Amino acid sequence: MRSPRSLERFYEATEQIVTIDRDSAPRVLFSGEDLLLEDLPIGTRVIYPRPPVRGLPNVKAAIRQAILRPHGCDPLHAMLRPGMKVTVALDDISLPLPPMRTPDVRQQVLEVILPLLADSGVDDVHLVIAVALHRHMTEAEMRRMVGPAIFEAFYPDRYYNHDAEDPAGNVTLGTTAHGEAVILNRRATESDLLIYVNLNLVPMDGGHKSVGTGLTTYQGVKAHHTPHHIRHSHSYMDPEHSEMHRSVDRIGRLIDRELKVFHIETTINNRMFDGPLEFLMRREEDYTELDRLKLAGMRAALKGLPPAAKRRMFQAIPAAYEVIAVHAGRTEPTHAEILKASWSQYAVDVDFQADVVIYGIPYISPYNVNSILNPLLVQLMAWGYFFNFYRGKPLIKKGGTLIITHPCSDSFDPVHHPSYIEFFHRLLPETRDSAVLEAKYERELAENPTYVHLYRTGHAYHGAHPFFMWYWGENGRDHVGRVIAVGADNAHVPALLGWEVAETLSEAVDMARSTHGRSAEIAMLHHPPIVMTQNLG
Amino acid sequence: MSDRPGAAFFDVDGTLVRTNIVHAFAFYAMNQGSILGTAWQTARTLLSVPLFLATDRMSRKAFNELFYRYYRGQSEDRLETLAEELFEEVLRPAVYRGACRLLDGARRAGCRIVLVTGALDFTVRHLADHLEADDVIANRMRFVQGMATGQVIPPIIEGAHKALAIRDYCVRHGLALERSFAYSDSFSDYPMLAVVGHPAAVNPDPRLAGVARAYEWPILSTTEA
Repeated sequence: MRSPRSLERFYEATEQIVTIDRDSAPRVLFSGEDLLLEDLPIGTRVIYPRPPVRGLPNVKAAIRQAILRPHGCDPLHAMLRPGMKVTVALDDISLPLPPMRTPDVRQQVLEVILPLLADSGVDDVHLVIAVALHRHMTEAEMRRMVGPAIFEAFYPDRYYNHDAEDPAGNVTLGTTAHGEAVILNRRATESDLLIYVNLNLVPMDGGHKSVGTGLTTYQGVKAHHTPHHIRHSHSYMDPEHSEMHRSVDRIGRLIDRELKVFHIETTINNRMFDGPLEFLMRREEDYTELDRLKLAGMRAALKGLPPAAKRRMFQAIPAAYEVIAVHAGRTEPTHAEILKASWSQYAVDVDFQADVVIYGIPYISPYNVNSILNPLLVQLMAWGYFFNFYRGKPLIKKGGTLIITHPCSDSFDPVHHPSYIEFFHRLLPETRDSAVLEAKYERELAENPTYVHLYRTGHAYHGAHPFFMWYWGENGRDHVGRVIAVGADNAHVPALLGWEVAETLSEAVDMARSTHGRSAEIAMLHHPPIVMTQNLG
Repeated sequence: MSDRPGAAFFDVDGTLVRTNIVHAFAFYAMNQGSILGTAWQTARTLLSVPLFLATDRMSRKAFNELFYRYYRGQSEDRLETLAEELFEEVLRPAVYRGACRLLDGARRAGCRIVLVTGALDFTVRHLADHLEADDVIANRMRFVQGMATGQVIPPIIEGAHKALAIRDYCVRHGLALERSFAYSDSFSDYPMLAVVGHPAAVNPDPRLAGVARAYEWPILSTTEA
């Protein structure tokens, strides 16, 4: 039997929710590329990520096992015939975040399956990055993702980015019973076998979304990336309760009927930081003297650096993620197994909803790897991703107040996000109404020849992408009452987003209490790493 | 915003093709029909290079006026015939690989494609056909009894006049300027870019690149497909 002291230590190590007391340590919050150290009000419940799930000891062995014992279909080697045409589609650089240390899991999967294809007499193999409307990956990023040997063997003729705007490169496969057009990459549709190599970072990813969204066109994405679909997704991290995933699944089932698709799905743990930054994975109570010293040193160094240098520094640190599960086979049974593993890493049970929720917004989102988290992406993180990190009931009560920490700088990357600039500075001042933006302007920017050219020949997100980023905050906007931005370096960006500003966190809390009263329940999601709440009561 | 459609206006030299009007002129100078004629015209052109450079630095308009004076005395038939050879030998191979893709995008967006150039109209007509442009706004040489006078029918299409020509074109064709696009590589085309709703710098010179960054205009490249 454990002693009371031992039980206390056990509880502290495993319990994911810490309630702030009079003598609690201040909490570390990201604010873009800066780290804040803030005292939270007494009674605030801070929700921490689960400790990293143990990684698989031998990833390649797990990949071999997965393709030998797939879910719902024959093993991969039994599907191969000499002379057949195979396309291997890969998730792009938006997964995982930040990019993982090399070898990337996609490289490890390819190192298993490409020799198998070659040994089976399959020479006509193309590797297509399923970027959909994301920016095309650069040569250096493509090399890093698959390793130099595969890169040299396949790039550029047989290893390339999907082009959603190539009129000859995409074909219509059919239409679902709900009228959703199913349009796919021509090479994929003309292949005898399509293998999709996925990396699930969060439960929203993977499954039918991989092929149906990653290899389609603007018209194909448009079927489910609408304000309506997002508004009726509760949340889009929970596919069973997501209107968007219902549409994605209908499209995917049609694809599975028409094409032979073999999925290899993988998922990783949440070991985002290690080495000198490992202390960021710990609770503030558990910081050693050295950790506190590191934090102080890091904050002092960051304070003196310009934003671009801070960004480069953070983006240069790859994450120490470890693969925790690999499954292969038919889309649905494979994805169901991966979802189980993913939830086991992220879900933290809660039995309450808070009036006020605090998020520290970090420097990265899926759409600004090696780039700037511009204002539209800041709102995506607040109203979109972080709000949607729940299963069951949202962490924040309907009409609650969201407090975010981020400088909200009016700064955009013209190479990656040219259409975002027009969206933010031309369209948003006119209206924040998603329905109006969709009806009046979405097609205009989607078909803008400049943006089409930049998407196809450069490294720009598609002209329609900023609209989707705005829609992705739709259920958050619908649910949350107020947003207060702490530490904004300007007034106009928060004003354009409809946010209020506060200079300090305590000022923001006071503002929130003016709405919800002195007894307002306050909670904080302590990330990164990723944590999601599960309130099924 | 207006419901009228827009157009896409493209500068030619440096934007869609890697040549400029000097290449065209040099081609004419080198093809005078006789060895003596060619030698004389080539030597004359070479000797004039410092003058061209100085004038261009002073004023693009003065440069064009001076430049086109060198066509004086050439027959219209001859110039037309050479224009075809100019296209085949000089312009067609010089079309940037990404130019067709950019034009296709504009066409798919429902834009009328208009080339706007300071070159002479007969020198770009075949190129316009090749690129499937709907229209060309270019300088026109004055001919008297079938011979080039060396004078261009005013207004000379350059700088601010390109903007004026685009504005007039939109009025004449019922097009909306604010829904139109303009593409150029040169700072001298700043007025043409500034007059439309959607300007973009293509393979820009350093000065235009600076302006594009300041105004957050997209910066494109057509040199690669």
